[in-house]
Amino acid sequence: MSALTENSTDNGVMMAADGTPLKRSLARALRRQKLRALMLIAPLLIFVLLTFIFPIGSMLFRSVENDIVANTLPETVAVLGRWDASKGELPDEEVYAAFVRDMVVAVEAKQHTRLGTRLNYESTGMSSMFRQSGRKMKKIDPETDGPFKEKLIDIHKGWGDIETWKTLQTHSGLYTSGYFLNAVDAQKTHEGFAWQPEEKQILLKLFWRTLVMSMVITGSCIALGYPIAWLLANVSARNANLLLILVLLPFWTSLLVRTSAWKVMLQQNGVINEVLVWIGLVPDAERLILINNQFGTIVAMTHILLPFMILPMYSVMQTIQPSYLRAAKSLGATNWTAFWRVYFPQSVPGIGAGSILVFILSIGYYITPEIVGGTKGVFISNRIAYHISSSLNWGLAAALGTILLIVVLALYWAYDRIVGIDNVKLG
Amino acid sequence: MSPTGEPLLADTKSDTAFVEFERVQKSYDGVNLVVKDLNLSMPQGEFLTMLGPSGSGKTTCLMMLAGFETATHGDIRLGGVSINNIPPHKRGIGMVFQNYALFPHMTVAENLSFPLEVRKIGKSEREEKVMRALGMVQMQDFAGRRPSQLSGGQQQRIALSRALVFEPELVLMDEPLGALDKQLRETLQFEITNLAHQLGITTVYVTHDQTEALTMSDRVAVFDDGRIQQLAPPDKLYEEPENSFVAQFIGENNTLEGVVKEINNGVALIQLDGGDLIDAKPVNVTKPGERTRVSIRPERVEMDPSRLQEGAHTLKAEVLEFVYMGDIFRTRLRVAGTDEFIIKTRNAPDQVRLKPGEQIEIGWMAEDCRALDA
Ligand SMILES: Nc1ncnc2c1ncn2[C@@H]1O[C@H](COP(=O)(O)OP(=O)(O)OP(=O)(O)O)[C@@H](O)[C@H]1O
Ligand SMILES: [Mg+2]
Repeated sequence: MSALTENSTDNGVMMAADGTPLKRSLARALRRQKLRALMLIAPLLIFVLLTFIFPIGSMLFRSVENDIVANTLPETVAVLGRWDASKGELPDEEVYAAFVRDMVVAVEAKQHTRLGTRLNYESTGMSSMFRQSGRKMKKIDPETDGPFKEKLIDIHKGWGDIETWKTLQTHSGLYTSGYFLNAVDAQKTHEGFAWQPEEKQILLKLFWRTLVMSMVITGSCIALGYPIAWLLANVSARNANLLLILVLLPFWTSLLVRTSAWKVMLQQNGVINEVLVWIGLVPDAERLILINNQFGTIVAMTHILLPFMILPMYSVMQTIQPSYLRAAKSLGATNWTAFWRVYFPQSVPGIGAGSILVFILSIGYYITPEIVGGTKGVFISNRIAYHISSSLNWGLAAALGTILLIVVLALYWAYDRIVGIDNVKLG
Repeated sequence: MSPTGEPLLADTKSDTAFVEFERVQKSYDGVNLVVKDLNLSMPQGEFLTMLGPSGSGKTTCLMMLAGFETATHGDIRLGGVSINNIPPHKRGIGMVFQNYALFPHMTVAENLSFPLEVRKIGKSEREEKVMRALGMVQMQDFAGRRPSQLSGGQQQRIALSRALVFEPELVLMDEPLGALDKQLRETLQFEITNLAHQLGITTVYVTHDQTEALTMSDRVAVFDDGRIQQLAPPDKLYEEPENSFVAQFIGENNTLEGVVKEINNGVALIQLDGGDLIDAKPVNVTKPGERTRVSIRPERVEMDPSRLQEGAHTLKAEVLEFVYMGDIFRTRLRVAGTDEFIIKTRNAPDQVRLKPGEQIEIGWMAEDCRALDA
């Protein structure tokens, strides 16, 4: 064995030609490759970091951020920390005095209404209490007008309620789990946490509905897309191009137009109902309710997301040579066995890629459920949008978004464990 | 094979035709006939090769036999039974594809076990047969690998053993060695013919490599233009081509064109277009006046007039090029107006080595020079 051409073994360790252990020199070669790959993606990475990761990160940070209480009422928070709420007595004068001093500063800076809004998420009525008290406390001089306990309770009887102070104490930390508890229909209380009253519990249901409906949509996309993708992969190139254009046609019109078209199609005096009534399948008085419910959302979203299922399936099926099916048949398999044992397993990566794409897109979908979903067919993202733009409870919106992200990652992980992510082929 | 409608192959005797094509035609587009008039009859156990230029319809014939294409006209019989209406999976024909078509999502063992599973053969018997089939191609150690983890030659071996594992009596191979390098091809050619003869299976083999066809086959069918131009054992094909296409296609060949002057005692006198006279054996010519193309193998040309028959015609030739090829010398001559006349001589101790520019005289035995169709 010549030392130049063969890898020599030394104590059972494979050595490369220059005498370094083979493993190490392989690792070195791979590292260089990785470094080069990293450099190639660096520009995009930086762009994504600046415009996507940081904003998203800061948005997600809002789901736990709670410094508004401590910043607005610094002295109060400090002295209130020593108050023991379990005795069932109101805090003593010291706390009220600190509160008045803090409030005067806050009112001057017009910060008290923001604090009121924040605390209102935890206990309704806080917002108006802070607004009203703020107006009246302008006239109080914190240096001379003491004692304040009675005065404050005069201004608003809420200051005489032990629950007010409990809420203030519970939410005085710089960070809070309150938004996340809200996001799962619970509430951070002085004692720990408690479920929201029955009639206010909607978010968990909404999460569940979003997941189930996304799965149904993914399932219908597979069922409708698989035959089309198969056809695309098995007709002549010219016909395939034509078909592909038809598949992509929806992309040429705006999403809003398409969704609105579904509204026209599905409503009670819309196209489908009119036709059904006209041919006598459905009596005029009992027109089907096809819209503003889950059915409407599923139909419209399946239609909109179908291309995302067909394209990866098609690109995978294109690579499956027809000779595999022929080989299977020549080995004695019937058409069905040949398809099921030979063709289908090879097309699974396409289904996987399409499913991940469609599922993740639909789980965060917003416009279509908003327009055709009514109240029964909306998704969690509609709720997030509501908290971002209407209720302005960004903390809760951020918590909902974070949970959605975690759910998606968890599902992705589960998918990797069950199907294997190497089994996904996008092109 | 079984009472389920598969053709009964077992009781056919080897002297009767096992595979038969009768007046088979095939058109894909309804305009052109890809296979024009195919008649072929193979006894059991024969190794038959279909050889022909690209597009001559070889694969099409194979696909019709396998059942993936239907004949537009005519009858294909297997063991005496017409198989026109039997679907591919019931024909029980083993097949090796050019790109191997090993199922990429299955291991080697699963690939081999597939045809047995669809035949509902029990697990233990299946495993035994798989190992035996792998043993035939010395691939037992690779049972657990995926096809993508095998080299081309190994994949080829697996494809072969998969086509044999369910013990078919007829195996079709479409250019199975097309993608391999020369050395590996030669090894596998040998293995394939050995296996085929050992197992007594009937084989239809498609190639466009003539050496492969000549070395492997019992008989070769030369395809061109949708027809079998000649169907004969390799030696006959090489030495006695029946028409100028076969003469051109198989091996190296010199052609000269001319007109038949007379035919006497089985020897034709041909006047070449340059005016020279030569002797030839009339194959496709019957009467004087016909145009003909004569064909003579380079190794049958004689440079020493003393070794020719009394009164044989000779031609003047000028040496243009001399190539030393080791075992033989290949000399290019200018003869009767053509610059592409080749002669091959054995590298023997007394053999002369011609130099370019030399003037020599060449001739041949009349039966080595065949007067074919023009
Ligand atoms: N599916 C098809 N549809 C239309 N024409 C076809 C089809 N398959 C083959 N042909 C045509 O039929 C003719 C014969 O094809 P075939 O594949 O049988 O040739 P071949 O002898 O196998 O050639 P090669 O040596 O290149 O494989 C060709 O002209 C080809 O273009
Ligand atoms: Mg072919």
